[in-house]
Amino acid sequence: MDSTGIVIGFWVLSGLSVGSALMVLLARNLMHSLVFVVVTFLSMAGLFVTLSADFIAVAQILIYAGSISVLMVFAVMLTPLASRDNGNSIYMLPGLLGGLGIAALVGFVAIDTDWAERTGEGLAATDFPGTVNAIGDLLLGRYVLAFEIASVMLLFALLGAILLVQERSSTRGDEGGEG
Amino acid sequence: MPEIPAIDELTVTLAHYLVVSGLVFGIGVVVALAKRNAIAVLMGIELMLNAANLTILAFSRFSSAFAPGEEPLSGHAFVVFVLTVAAAEAAVALALAVLVYRRRETVDLDRVNLLRW
Repeated sequence: MDSTGIVIGFWVLSGLSVGSALMVLLARNLMHSLVFVVVTFLSMAGLFVTLSADFIAVAQILIYAGSISVLMVFAVMLTPLASRDNGNSIYMLPGLLGGLGIAALVGFVAIDTDWAERTGEGLAATDFPGTVNAIGDLLLGRYVLAFEIASVMLLFALLGAILLVQERSSTRGDEGGEG
Repeated sequence: MPEIPAIDELTVTLAHYLVVSGLVFGIGVVVALAKRNAIAVLMGIELMLNAANLTILAFSRFSSAFAPGEEPLSGHAFVVFVLTVAAAEAAVALALAVLVYRRRETVDLDRVNLLRW
């Protein structure tokens, strides 16, 4: 982790992700904060690349920056009369205290603990040759039960989402024709 | 040319990644708690899930628990499951937001207070 490219990449990408996450909080327009959340997802994918997690980085770009952000745009567009000002609720102060407390706690523990991690030569010796084969072996080997449960959960989440937003005009006549 | 040796002496350690993910998680907590729009709250939750993924991958990269070349990469498999759950959760939450909007003409969480005690 001491090659110049990785060091520069880490600082640029972490600054980008933390800065755009802050802009999600501070942007006055909901669409702007949506764009900043996509920037955060993309720079997180870059950070995953610096951690040699190539498959996860590509999956992050596909799932988060691709589909979840498109879902969010759809949800914003399907609620046209709702406020677009990204305003704060009455829980701003407890939220700020909680967020600052968690960030300070995690930062203090991360810096103060001796993690017995690999550094320098030992870390360079453990460079992954490529993670796709190993992840595939794990998903269809050791974690095959969790894999199947995840697929069933995805199916039911899809069915639930469709069932929730379905127009039931025959049973509910008072619902109007929005959407 | 004093800059380039200075950069060469820098290294990125596990603590750097943990601090970044702690910061993003904290910002996600603030966004999830302090925003009025339900979709903005969902953005905060996604930020928190992303920070957790970064932590898992950083530990998977820097761990010295296994001999070189024998890491089972379980962290990467966990992150795949986290991504799956996040996608399902986003789909259901956004469907709920659209449903609440259809009933109440708002997704303002301060005004969707039917279940408040």
